[in-house]
Amino acid sequence: MDLAKNRDVAASDTVPATAKDSAPEAVSGAERPTPLLDVRDVSVEFPTAGRDWVTSVQNVSFQLMPGESMALVGESGSGKTVTSLAVMGLTEATGGRLSSGSVTFDGNELTGRPAKEWRKVRGPGMGMIFQQPIRSLNPAYTVGDQIAESVRKHLGLSRRQAEAKSVEMLEMVQIPRAAERAKEYPHAFSGGMCQRVMIAMVMACNPRLLIADEPTTALDVTVQETILDLLRDVQQQTGVALLFISHDLAVVAEICQRVAVMYAGEVIESAPAVDLFFRPQHPYSSGLLASIPRPGLSVDRRLRTIPGGIPAPGTWPAGCRFAPRCEFAQSGRCDTTHPPLDVVSTGGLSRCLRADELALDGVVT
Amino acid sequence: MSLLEVKDVTKSFSTKRDFLGRRIGWTHAVKGVSFTLDAGECLAVVGESGAGKSTVGRIALRLIEPDSGSITFDGVDVRAARAQELRALRQRMQMIFQDPHSSLDPRMTIGDAVAEPLLVHTDRSRTERERQSAALLERVGLGSRYLGRYPAELSGGQLQRVAIARALALNPAMIVCDEPVAALDVSVRAQVLNLLRELQEDLGLAYLFVCHDLALVEVIADRVLVMAAGEVVEEGTVEQIFAAPQQEYTQRLLSAIPVPLPRDAMGNRITSIGERA
Ligand SMILES: Nc1ncnc2c1ncn2[C@@H]1O[C@H](COP(=O)(O)OP(=O)(O)OP(=O)(O)O)[C@@H](O)[C@H]1O
Ligand SMILES: Nc1ncnc2c1ncn2[C@@H]1O[C@H](COP(=O)(O)OP(=O)(O)O)[C@@H](O)[C@H]1O
Ligand code: SF4
Ligand SMILES: [Mg+2]
Ligand SMILES: [Mg+2]
Repeated sequence: MDLAKNRDVAASDTVPATAKDSAPEAVSGAERPTPLLDVRDVSVEFPTAGRDWVTSVQNVSFQLMPGESMALVGESGSGKTVTSLAVMGLTEATGGRLSSGSVTFDGNELTGRPAKEWRKVRGPGMGMIFQQPIRSLNPAYTVGDQIAESVRKHLGLSRRQAEAKSVEMLEMVQIPRAAERAKEYPHAFSGGMCQRVMIAMVMACNPRLLIADEPTTALDVTVQETILDLLRDVQQQTGVALLFISHDLAVVAEICQRVAVMYAGEVIESAPAVDLFFRPQHPYSSGLLASIPRPGLSVDRRLRTIPGGIPAPGTWPAGCRFAPRCEFAQSGRCDTTHPPLDVVSTGGLSRCLRADELALDGVVT
Repeated sequence: MSLLEVKDVTKSFSTKRDFLGRRIGWTHAVKGVSFTLDAGECLAVVGESGAGKSTVGRIALRLIEPDSGSITFDGVDVRAARAQELRALRQRMQMIFQDPHSSLDPRMTIGDAVAEPLLVHTDRSRTERERQSAALLERVGLGSRYLGRYPAELSGGQLQRVAIARALALNPAMIVCDEPVAALDVSVRAQVLNLLRELQEDLGLAYLFVCHDLALVEVIADRVLVMAAGEVVEEGTVEQIFAAPQQEYTQRLLSAIPVPLPRDAMGNRITSIGERA
């Protein structure tokens, strides 16, 4: 049965760029326009009880072009949220510190500035939505007032203008009877509707980058679908760039052009979505693709799994961090050498010593 | 005879009260729902949020009293059961919840949590209970080294394994699983689902599997009950529901399953890498 809603096409029809041109990491900066967001070698540490500081995220780099949508994918605890909070300048607010790296937004270096100034420099240009939208909304104020308050603060609109803007934004995120619903309190909204309100609130300030941290994980599948459609519409209408954080590659496929996969605090593969899905270059990415349930395609009604679990910060293996779970691991090699994030034959980046010798399975079609 | 027989159950919750505290507004969470579950079978209950799935699961265990209707488990009238009888029934019907963090006591070691049902329902000695909880942890793929650990030290997937071990402690005939993998990552989800299937086959368990994601249902269920706004709108075998869904609502649930194929700039799905490879 064909569950796809759109006409199916082959990549070659519509994606003119070769993998090499579309992987910005593989090309020197001079040939490309300035990225909107440039994250370089970011490492984040947190204090722990016995030992002093433990690294949670290590040397993470990626770039996002204006209007582009990129996913950060990985298991719970892989460092996705810590990375996105570092981009927002919220590391210190969560008790951590940036032990290396820099974040440049729209040509402005943010690193090294105190949190308050960081926020001022990035301004309303960066907005973020979270997994639990209800927790980001204040239960004591109407939804309309909260959006109005935010635009008054960031855009300096008058009260009346701000009210009009908040209704306009609620309409944009397709909340029916927006003018009436603006007068309601958050508890009167379902999870999906709260997420729409959050998107309205963040988009009201015309950001150039929207960071969405697992925005659909708490929603049921039908609502998830509508939120993904909405994010796609919003991107098309406003040209906002999207950093989409998720553990689910099936969801990422719906919305992202490029994917960076994280494992144990580092990026282990980075490639255009087409490449990552059809010819992954790291055994972990391949395993993630295989574990997605696909109606009609499972063998003997068993899901393929990656054995074991992700190591916690402070317990990362010395060699390849994925080696204990990797079916292709070679002892004496994978357990001793920490693989660098290297350009591989597809033009993307992989942190696997054997990337070029393995023929890994992509998604089943 | 079926293991569980639910007939025409109905449940309303009051949502509003007037100034005297009298109930004035009602949500009809479950309306005239009937189904059967055989021993060793897995029946999935699917539907959108608020459809009444969890309420049905809780009614089956009599964790919620229905307003009307009947529930028979293994020939026993569950609604008529008195405290003593209900205790005996509860040993044979267990439940696993979505959020493993909140279903386990943070101050209790994993070993004690798994052994607790044995302490409450049996007169086994302490050493016997410890031996058994070690065996149960082994059975769910965790191993006895987790016995002395606390919930905070475990990942979501590990905690859900603990919840499963705990549910297995009294050799139940049926487990109501309420979104047991919804809070887990895709890869961990696959591990836990496979474990649930393996246990079902080995131990002949029956599952009432509450789930909003039909992609998972295909792997685990034998039959499917589709609920919308408190009512059953469609019922069938997994094969029927997937190959020929009768209701538009069911079709909508099916088409909402995200497909892991990326889209091109026009939003069309890419199905092969074509000549680029
Ligand atoms: N204790 C309660 N008090 C009041 N209303 C309730 C209660 N429990 C459930 N409801 C209402 O009953 C309806 C069905 O709820 P239920 O939790 O069974 O849905 P569900 O299908 O499990 O949804 P979800 O996928 O969100 O878990 C909803 O409208 C819900 O708000
Ligand atoms: N405030 C904090 N204090 C200490 N450790 C933290 C903090 N926030 C995150 N971590 C740790 O950093 C690691 C990565 O976490 P996170 O980025 O939240 O993962 P995820 O990929 O699930 O978003 C985890 O091991 C987590 O425990
Ligand atoms: S480096 Fe070795 S262990 Fe690591 S992913 Fe590659 S093959 Fe597996
Ligand atoms: Mg996170
Ligand atoms: Mg529920």
